Amino acid sequence: MSGPSRFALASAVLAALLCTAAPAGAQDAAWSDVVAVARGQTVRWNAWAGDEKTNEFIAWVGDEVGRRYGVKVVHVKLRDTAEAVTRVVAEKAAGRDGGGSVDLVWINGANFLALREQKLLYGPYAERLPNWRYVDTAHKRSNLIDFTIPHEGYESPWRMAQVVFVYDGRRVGDPPSSVAALGAWAKAHPGRFTHPNVRNFLGSTFLKQALYELAPDPSVLQRPATDANFAAATAPMWAWYDALKPSLWRGGAQFPENGPAQRQLMNDGEIDVMVSFNPSEAAVSASAGLLPDSVRTFTFAKGTIGNTSFVAIPYNASAKEGAMVVANFLLEPATQARAQDVRQMGNFTVLDLAKLAPADRRRFDELPRHPALPTNAELGTTLLEPHPSWMTRIAAEWERRYTK
Amino acid sequence: MGRGPGRGRDVSGGALSLVGVRIALAGRALVDGLDLVVGAGECVTLMGPSGCGKSTLLAYVAGSIGPPFAAAGRVLVGGDDVTAWPPERRRIGILFQDDLLFPHLSVGGNLAFALHERVRGRLERRARIDAALAEADLAGFADRDPATLSGGQRARVALMRTLLAEPRALLLDEPFNKLDAQLRDGVRRFVFDHALERAIPILLVTHDEADARAAGGRVLRFGDGGTLRDR
Amino acid sequence: MNAGRAGALAWAPPLTVATFALPIAAGLAGTIAPAFGYLPAIGGGGFTLDAWRELAAWPGFATSLELTITTGFAATIVSALLAFGFCAWAAGRAWGPRAAAWLAPILATPHSAFAIGLAFVIAPSGWIARILSPWLTGFDVPPDVATVGHPSGAALVLGLVVKEVPYLVLMTTAALAQVRSREHLALARSLGYGSREAWVRAVLPQIWRQVRLPVLAVLAYSLSVVDVALILAPGNPPTLAVLVVRWLADADVRMWFPAAAAATLVLVVVAASIVAWLALERLVAAAGARIVARGRRRTALTPLIGGAAVTVAALGALACAATGGMALWSVATQWRFPDAFPAGIALDGWVRRAGDLAAPAWNTIVVGALATLVALALSLACLEAEQRRPRAGPPPALSLLYLPLLVPQVAFLFGAQVLLVRGNADGTLAAVAWAHLIYVLPYLFLSLADSWRALDPRYARTAASLGASPLRVFAAVKLPLLAKPLAIACAVAFSVSAGLYLPTLFAGNGLVPTLTTEAVTLAAGADRRVIGAWAFVQALVPLVVYALAVLLPGRWGAARAGGAT
Repeated sequence: MSGPSRFALASAVLAALLCTAAPAGAQDAAWSDVVAVARGQTVRWNAWAGDEKTNEFIAWVGDEVGRRYGVKVVHVKLRDTAEAVTRVVAEKAAGRDGGGSVDLVWINGANFLALREQKLLYGPYAERLPNWRYVDTAHKRSNLIDFTIPHEGYESPWRMAQVVFVYDGRRVGDPPSSVAALGAWAKAHPGRFTHPNVRNFLGSTFLKQALYELAPDPSVLQRPATDANFAAATAPMWAWYDALKPSLWRGGAQFPENGPAQRQLMNDGEIDVMVSFNPSEAAVSASAGLLPDSVRTFTFAKGTIGNTSFVAIPYNASAKEGAMVVANFLLEPATQARAQDVRQMGNFTVLDLAKLAPADRRRFDELPRHPALPTNAELGTTLLEPHPSWMTRIAAEWERRYTK
Repeated sequence: MGRGPGRGRDVSGGALSLVGVRIALAGRALVDGLDLVVGAGECVTLMGPSGCGKSTLLAYVAGSIGPPFAAAGRVLVGGDDVTAWPPERRRIGILFQDDLLFPHLSVGGNLAFALHERVRGRLERRARIDAALAEADLAGFADRDPATLSGGQRARVALMRTLLAEPRALLLDEPFNKLDAQLRDGVRRFVFDHALERAIPILLVTHDEADARAAGGRVLRFGDGGTLRDR
Repeated sequence: MNAGRAGALAWAPPLTVATFALPIAAGLAGTIAPAFGYLPAIGGGGFTLDAWRELAAWPGFATSLELTITTGFAATIVSALLAFGFCAWAAGRAWGPRAAAWLAPILATPHSAFAIGLAFVIAPSGWIARILSPWLTGFDVPPDVATVGHPSGAALVLGLVVKEVPYLVLMTTAALAQVRSREHLALARSLGYGSREAWVRAVLPQIWRQVRLPVLAVLAYSLSVVDVALILAPGNPPTLAVLVVRWLADADVRMWFPAAAAATLVLVVVAASIVAWLALERLVAAAGARIVARGRRRTALTPLIGGAAVTVAALGALACAATGGMALWSVATQWRFPDAFPAGIALDGWVRRAGDLAAPAWNTIVVGALATLVALALSLACLEAEQRRPRAGPPPALSLLYLPLLVPQVAFLFGAQVLLVRGNADGTLAAVAWAHLIYVLPYLFLSLADSWRALDPRYARTAASLGASPLRVFAAVKLPLLAKPLAIACAVAFSVSAGLYLPTLFAGNGLVPTLTTEAVTLAAGADRRVIGAWAFVQALVPLVVYALAVLLPGRWGAARAGGAT
């Protein structure tokens, strides 16, 4: 690492430590300083832009933050979060350790780990946000542990994701409730199920989901995958997949490139069941005309993988204070309630409703219902994401086995 | 001036006949009610100033006229009414002001392009091309790039090319116009000698009296209102 | 004096070359270095071949390489045959040249938007299947067969062909104006050749020198295309260029090393393919010369060219369906298999999006205008410098102009981005305009150079003999005489700029959204209603510029011609 950047990072860490160490009253004072400095800043929020509902939500956040805090938000639209990672790395390669072009990035998992390992993130800052006190850290462990990596305050949560399956209620009578049952259903209905390419996070997540149920000892997934534990842990999953593959859409020879492409197949009637990372996807997409009204949601009895979407601030961001103001705004109960509204984005909240004031809690109770929206009970247990190394290895092993 | 075969008209055999030809541009007649028979071995010259429509008349005979010209009438070659035929079927050769040798082909290639497909076999074709080149005093030029030839040489190649396709009639569209004065006589003599030898009807348009004299046949002049009159 | 004036413009060619050669060179270095292990920012410190070993050991490598080469060559060969076949067919027809004007909409439609439309038409659940189902096919659900994404890459080839045939037809039409095609055609017909046979034998070889470059550009593009391949090509394994982008987008930054190796390989494949193409061209030319020498007046060419014309017409219908399908989607509420048409029509999607359009549309226009104007100035300066020293001819370095057309974008854009960041210029309108200039300049120069060089020098000489300075000759004689080619060249340049995706993304750091970056980003969301609306607007801006280019100087020229007769 070059001299100046090490200095910048060290001072940033130092500043952060000083803040977290300060007593509560001082923290509020420090926060009002942050808000004061943030006024007039422009926050370039790099966020995947493949979903119009999310884009609209980000635009709304920009309007609100601009009105209330004088912080301008520019949504830098990404096809893939890695574009932002590329930018930060390119800036570092060029020695730009301040005045960077990325102020805030929607991130989690492997992208977070990549930036964190290269020491390209600013923080810790999450616990400094006043609204952090509402975050559910007891039941939604993924708000603290991002793909088994404790984020240590280098990113702040803003929405939940959990694996669910969306199916067409007109064509699928009794949806499967386990990985094995899904395999059997696919065999009985050849060509009517698929998953995104495993180089896409949703594709590899589908395999990880299968691995959770089929691995002899799922607890191994919380540790890094190694040459020693990988083969044994995944052998039953590959056996299951070998049996499933011929029954997949296109005989398992081709896969949709990403989640939206898979949804398009569903809307075109090419498949009847698809995997999703958003429990409200069926409800939101049906409302938006992206899926037929007959879609419903199912999960597995033993639970499904859940994770949290975060926002992080690169080490060289130009508007760190403004970025923190945005991150804090995202955690406001009213913001979270709007995010969970299926007419808006439909993403489950990261907050602990028990920690909210009654008036704020009512906002969530009054949200509209939709027949395709699962209840919390239906969603069932949330399983923690495996260590990122599992995803990398699974994708590589899948390619070794099935890419010819 | 009478030069040999020019005078004898052969109406029944290989004559080129124009019947009631009218060509108009934007309603104005360039040629109106032209009847003309050019006998095999005869050369008829059409004289007129630039822009009077004489080249357009040749394009009509060749079959390559199109908008904005409107044409009516009939064209017969050797007894066939070719009026509705496309140019390639008419077998009417044409020689322009420019030699229009294909720059991407050698001299021999230009001739092979034209040589009638009836002549089969590489050796046989090559022999015919060499003979044509010898006839044009260009023996050994087959592999040359046309760009390296002099103006006179190019004009001779162009004629040989036209004749190798074995046309049933020949149209000459001011073919000597762009040649230097000292070359013109020689090329003119070469063209008429070899063309008349084929005993096909020849129609020449020019504005140069010397061309008309060298051709030696009848001369018609373009007048006002698209009429043509005998000298 | 003339020599002195030429000296004043002597800076033009070197500056022009530097404008694009430097970033490309820097970009290539920035791509090739990581391919051999050097990228200190992510811990690559020394020379290794690991990236190449990793690439070669990747399971789908051989298939991916084969897919890249077969689709690239197939698309180029088919496009060239159809384009030339169509031109040969149209040669005998008076309206042939006018047909070219109808190609502008297809040319102006961005590749990605077009590919999405095409995918919708030909998919098993697509428009054709919807129209025929279930009454004819009996399908209640779409059949599970691969059309889009077929392992052979046939859909990718089709998508490229539909888009490249119009481009090649337009380039061929432009080249035809440079040779005496009509006279040679008439002569060949008088020798007994039908117009189709005559065109292929007498005209095509003459214009080959001018159309070779566009054909090679199609080859290079087809071998390295990303956005169209993402939509139409198979994905398991994908083509090499898609592999590069996929690995660059991998969360694990160490994947950049094999990605850089793959990008370098794309470069090598393109270079080798160009050499192979030129060799193939010689073989074809030699065989062609032997065939021409046989003097056969009617061969299989005549029906084949008829077949090509019918195929082009079918492709045109396909293009219309793809465009029309997307237009319909942009106002659809729901449109499900097997409905032949949407369940409902609503304009609210358009109304809702109108606000989002302003900034990207403005950026598109500003960047396009800026890049076009600079490219125009540089091109004119180069051409003038060349004409004022006629004996010197074009400087050899100017042939480097072709580089941006032949070097795959994926091979140098990451390196170019580092250069921009170092210069602290990334993310500005100027940086994006500069990145666009790299591509706009060659297209503008090549569109303009032939007409400029073909202008009868006697006009300029006459004006000069009347005492006009070279500047006045340039402004008062050459510019007005060449108004039409100038306008067309600018329109081509602008539409190139408007369609650029990767350069905009890399130079703009995502901060300068254009209609194209927004459209491609939204394409990832796969909502055809949104994509349809954006694609429409994205195509509309260059179309308006095309229309202006065709109409404005046309009226001017008509007025002048009217006055002259």
